[in-house]
Amino acid sequence: MTGEPAGTWHRLHPLSPVVRSGRGLIAVAVAVAITRSATSGSGWLEVAFLFAAVVAAVISWLVTRWRLDGATLRIESGLVRRDSRQLPIARIQAVDVVRPFLARALGLAELRVRLAGSSDADGRLAYLTEQAALELRAHLLATHHGLDPATPEPPEHIVMTVPTGRLIGSVALSTAGPAALMAVLAGVALAFVSAAALAALAVSLVWLLIVCLSLVWRRASTQYGFTVAQSPDGIRIRRGLLGTVAETIPAQRVQAVRVIEPLLWRPLQWCRLEVDVAGSPGRDSADGTARMRKTLLPAGRRGEAGYLLTMAIGAGMPGLTRPPRRARWKAPLSYHFLAAGHDGGLAVSVVGRLRKVTTMVPLEKAQSVRFVQGPLQRRLALATVHVDAAGHVRAEFRERPQEQARLLVDELAALSREARRHAPPAGMPAGGAQAASVASPVNAAQSEA
Amino acid sequence: MPAAPQQAVPPPAVPPPAVPQPGPRSPSPRLWHMRRAEVLACAVVLAAAAGTAAGLAAGPPAAVIAAGAVAAGAALALWFARNRVRSWAYQERDEDLIVERGVLVRRLSVVPYGRMQFVDVTAGPADRVFRLATVRLHTAAAASDARIPGLERDEAARLRDRLAALGEAKAAGL
Repeated sequence: MTGEPAGTWHRLHPLSPVVRSGRGLIAVAVAVAITRSATSGSGWLEVAFLFAAVVAAVISWLVTRWRLDGATLRIESGLVRRDSRQLPIARIQAVDVVRPFLARALGLAELRVRLAGSSDADGRLAYLTEQAALELRAHLLATHHGLDPATPEPPEHIVMTVPTGRLIGSVALSTAGPAALMAVLAGVALAFVSAAALAALAVSLVWLLIVCLSLVWRRASTQYGFTVAQSPDGIRIRRGLLGTVAETIPAQRVQAVRVIEPLLWRPLQWCRLEVDVAGSPGRDSADGTARMRKTLLPAGRRGEAGYLLTMAIGAGMPGLTRPPRRARWKAPLSYHFLAAGHDGGLAVSVVGRLRKVTTMVPLEKAQSVRFVQGPLQRRLALATVHVDAAGHVRAEFRERPQEQARLLVDELAALSREARRHAPPAGMPAGGAQAASVASPVNAAQSEA
Repeated sequence: MPAAPQQAVPPPAVPPPAVPQPGPRSPSPRLWHMRRAEVLACAVVLAAAAGTAAGLAAGPPAAVIAAGAVAAGAALALWFARNRVRSWAYQERDEDLIVERGVLVRRLSVVPYGRMQFVDVTAGPADRVFRLATVRLHTAAAASDARIPGLERDEAARLRDRLAALGEAKAAGL
């Protein structure tokens, strides 16, 4: 890839239509088999569907092509509705290499390039050979950082892996476990009340258990072998049992970090870490802004989470302060954990009772600062200050004394202005100075390795 | 000395500068007229409907009571709407826009110009009758809500242009 001249059109791998329609093909094949064995009628309709699906996939492959044009990646697709997309490489928010099971078996991989305003389908190249996908990713990230595109992928060092036992335990303790436990308890309780009712409900309880198990399976298999690695071009995450996903988040693209500690994890001192990257708007966002949430650590100890935190946002924790005691009247339950604080570079807030969530927003990434005071808060002379990050995340300084909150708004606005001023201009096409400043650590890392 | 007065009073031929006087500003007084008209129109329709229904069901006294109840509700709504209109204020500072609003829940947003993704100017049917418009500043955060309703059209256009220019000049990447 890197050896070829940039600017030539490439096609996706010829096996792409097979993988893309793979699941459908299997489903139809199974349906045909079932209908043929159940009834003696012919399966012509199904076969026709199968044929149509294959033809559509092949046409879609024929008309899709992509090329690299210096600082943009161009993807053209569509037969009837021709679609040509230009993805400016400097604006990349994340690059993922996704390998579903079937693609993996055939040695293929899908490359997903995410931009701030793009939807999931926009920057997809499905499928390339694994080698080509990795080379293209290296090329994109090198260009993104303003390096020579032919720079090989910088070496990474693995920071952390999540053991499978802990992973399964964490899933079992988060949602599925309590639900399954409740189902069993309900069954036991019913057995005491009446045998007839139990018999009637047994089937649905069994179904519930199956759903729980499949939930555990899905979570555990997508997060299996979770590995976080650090490299000069960003944070890399690899995970997956049957299908694998490799995500790369360029440094400077993290909008917010959240540490989540569900109730049942707390005795084990576990927590989950999520980073927010500006990106693909989901269906829920009408105004084209959305978050993109990536798990940085599905389940880990506090120390591990702390290490990853410094890696992701590179700042120490500011000291947290608690709201005054009169806030109990406003927030009787959640008062227990409520705390917030900030320093020159980071705003941190802790909210939630059953699910303790610590949100960290780098002030340099703050989109706006808001002061909100409800009627009850006004009675108690309290107010809440929000620091909004791109998407739906925000650090909430809840139940602060009113006067302090007013000052806090101004202070946070001023601090975020300062932070923005000192931050490198992210998202701009890489100029000489920026390229040089990014280039040196990469080269240093390579010479070390 | 004929020259001195001429120099002292230059004719304001050029339009006023785009940068407004400092300090908080509020929406046009016509916003209150618009809200009042909206509430009254709703109240008249509701009162007619409620009065007719009650009158048909339980006789004229009931109709009067129903209409009276609607009128009382309208008075309350008017009082609330007036406070709400009065609570809107915005201030263009050097680096950010401040929007203040709300009666029951008081809100104040500070949105840096550099964070602006795009500016919206909208005018619904009622807005158009009263020659008003709403300016809304969008950022990448879903929650940052910098909306200023009831601006006179010139002011809305001026604000839009200024916000767009400042947004471009101070643009910060995501």
